[in-house]
Amino acid sequence: MAAEVANRFESVQQVRDGLKSVNYLADDGISGVAFLADRLGKPVLVEGPAGVGKTQLAKSIAEMTGSRLIRLQCYEGLDESRALYEWNYKKQLLRIQADKNSDSWSEVHDDIFSEEFLLTRPLLEAIRASDPVVLLIDEVDRVEVETEALLLEILSDYQVSIPELGTIEATQIPLVFLTSNNTRELSEALKRRCLYLHVDYPTMEREKEIVLTKVPEITEHLADQIARIVRSIRMLDLKKSPSVSETLDWARTLLLLNIETIDEATAKETLHILLKYQTDILKATKELSVE
Amino acid sequence: MLDLLNGFVQELRNAGLPVSLTENLDAMEAIQHIPIEDRDAFKYALGATLIKNNSHWRAFETVFEVYFSLRGPEYKLAEGDESDLDELWREMQEQQQQGEGQGGGGAMDALTPEEIAQMLMQALLNGDQAMMRALAKQSVQRFAGMEPGRPVGGTYYLYRTLRNLDLDGMLDKLMEQTAQQAQGGELTHLEQRLEHDEFEHRIEQFKQEIEAEIRRRLVADRGVEAMAKTLRKPLPEDVEFMHASRDEMQSLKKALQPLTRKLAARLARKRRHGRKGPLDFRNTVRHSLSYGGVPAEPKFKYPRPAKPELMVVADISGSVAAFARFTLMLVYAISGQFSKVRSFVFIDGIDEVTEYFRATEDIQEAIHRVNTEADVVWVDGHSDYGHAFEVFWERYGKDIGPKTTVLLLGDARNNYHASQAWVVKEIRQRARHVYWLNPEPKSYWNTGDSIVSDYGVHTDGVYECRNLRQLEGFVEKLT
Repeated sequence: MAAEVANRFESVQQVRDGLKSVNYLADDGISGVAFLADRLGKPVLVEGPAGVGKTQLAKSIAEMTGSRLIRLQCYEGLDESRALYEWNYKKQLLRIQADKNSDSWSEVHDDIFSEEFLLTRPLLEAIRASDPVVLLIDEVDRVEVETEALLLEILSDYQVSIPELGTIEATQIPLVFLTSNNTRELSEALKRRCLYLHVDYPTMEREKEIVLTKVPEITEHLADQIARIVRSIRMLDLKKSPSVSETLDWARTLLLLNIETIDEATAKETLHILLKYQTDILKATKELSVE
Repeated sequence: MLDLLNGFVQELRNAGLPVSLTENLDAMEAIQHIPIEDRDAFKYALGATLIKNNSHWRAFETVFEVYFSLRGPEYKLAEGDESDLDELWREMQEQQQQGEGQGGGGAMDALTPEEIAQMLMQALLNGDQAMMRALAKQSVQRFAGMEPGRPVGGTYYLYRTLRNLDLDGMLDKLMEQTAQQAQGGELTHLEQRLEHDEFEHRIEQFKQEIEAEIRRRLVADRGVEAMAKTLRKPLPEDVEFMHASRDEMQSLKKALQPLTRKLAARLARKRRHGRKGPLDFRNTVRHSLSYGGVPAEPKFKYPRPAKPELMVVADISGSVAAFARFTLMLVYAISGQFSKVRSFVFIDGIDEVTEYFRATEDIQEAIHRVNTEADVVWVDGHSDYGHAFEVFWERYGKDIGPKTTVLLLGDARNNYHASQAWVVKEIRQRARHVYWLNPEPKSYWNTGDSIVSDYGVHTDGVYECRNLRQLEGFVEKLT
């Protein structure tokens, strides 16, 4: 291993309290795995339905530990030059053309492959950072299986090999979070290197807490009602269940409309904030209004 | 501790979960950082290191419970605390001697069943967790009638306990009570619905408590390994369509959704990245600018192959209905990958059901309509492949073209009717591909009235599709 594992957290409870102080309500699983990730120096693979706060978890951890967040957004067609590093061709070209006659070839050759001409991309940047960083590799399931292999070296050994420069090792081990929406099965090799965390929709009690924390002006009564309705809706067989962020949107809307108690009419009128498919909305209205 | 963990990992592997050596080592390291008396943290530490797929979590939980639930009230995991196990065991034996219902000690034992029901109702009404747990324990002790050494499964005890408690009736009573308590008399529908869900949730919790309690007692009786073995269940993707229980059907349905999403994503990708096409001159020149005009990075056009047309012809008679249903669901969930999907169902008559799927976005509803509305009975409602195929050929045969792939689903148990295999032969001559999917295990093929090979010789392949895994594998091949 390249560098010593620095202990950022004392205990699971500390992680939980810390996250709470930055307005992220973690359950046992989330705080436990975050704590382990720090202790074992391993990346965390976070999976779960869309909008349950996977990305937010990484952001909150960064905020809580006062680290810099480096984010790599994955997409189809992502390659080495976007994820790891790239040689600055234009600058190299200029360098060669600038003093054609003065330097000998070998000098130029050595010179143009020095760090000056290296463009760091998120992964390399996270490795080279001397200040504490949190690396977030977002939606890792979007890249092709072959591109996944790019990540393996950095995830297991925290190093990047550049043929012209040699191996660059991490000065400190960053906390790494990978998120996945599970649109495809990730490779075994990647999974093996990570701790696995599945974030699901919160329980009713936790959802209520989340609403209360994120929308501070809301009354307890309303938050309770919101959480209960959302739970009932999630139990239906829908195309897409409402996510936590949609619950929060709904809570804010109700607040703006000055609604104190949700009755059937208000529920019906504002349901389109929670649900995005017409068939889902119809189904939910039907289910919630008549037994 | 090490032994225990090793046994645990072994059991996970036996249950079909892939646990690699590195993951095992990770788990060992992880638990050193976790305060051992914190059971939840311990569980999550093991889960995070050993389980890398959410659909395996249920199986993991069951095994975890069997292995670690009995380790005392403060959940100490240190060595030498088998005493609790022993105690529970002794308690059970004592109870055995004294006869049921009058076991010594504990304030609750003196209560009548009516009082217990009353207390349970109060606990459910107030959501009192501790009380519910105590009551679960009490009712198992009282109603399950567990005897040490009796070779009966846990479901039997669960059934006995629940029968005595009448939880469905309890739900109605709870609803009544809240209706009375509500100010201003009537509850609105919305409120009613919410209360209903809330109580259902609590009752579900209570049931789980009971199940856990029964399991605890069974483990005390039979030992960890034996118990883990009886609880072992196939993973959702390995459940056989033809023998799935209702619960398994539910979990299959749940597993199907993420699976289709993955399949669709993978297929779309495969289509786009299959081969490289001719040089894309414009794009190449555009990229040559970063190399000072040298076309160092050639760009290619990607070919867009035509999507196949699909015709699904499915037997929906009793035994294979579940299989047909799942295949139809899967096919329609990824229908974007085909230029056209038409589906037909038959028993001894045949009917086209494409319209049901077109009319609604909700696949479940369409499937429901297939089961209730499709006109598939001709004479007696027993499978007759021969007649169904004949009619199919007559009515729809002309629609089969060189782009069409025909899928025939069924176990080919023809009840000794004429096979009319020539239809399949004709279809094959006209179609691009013909495949037969059989939900029966290969060893049963061509036994009894199964004539799958009569049809099979005329197709491009007969595939065994007993579970989701095999079905997924086939569908991926198809496109």
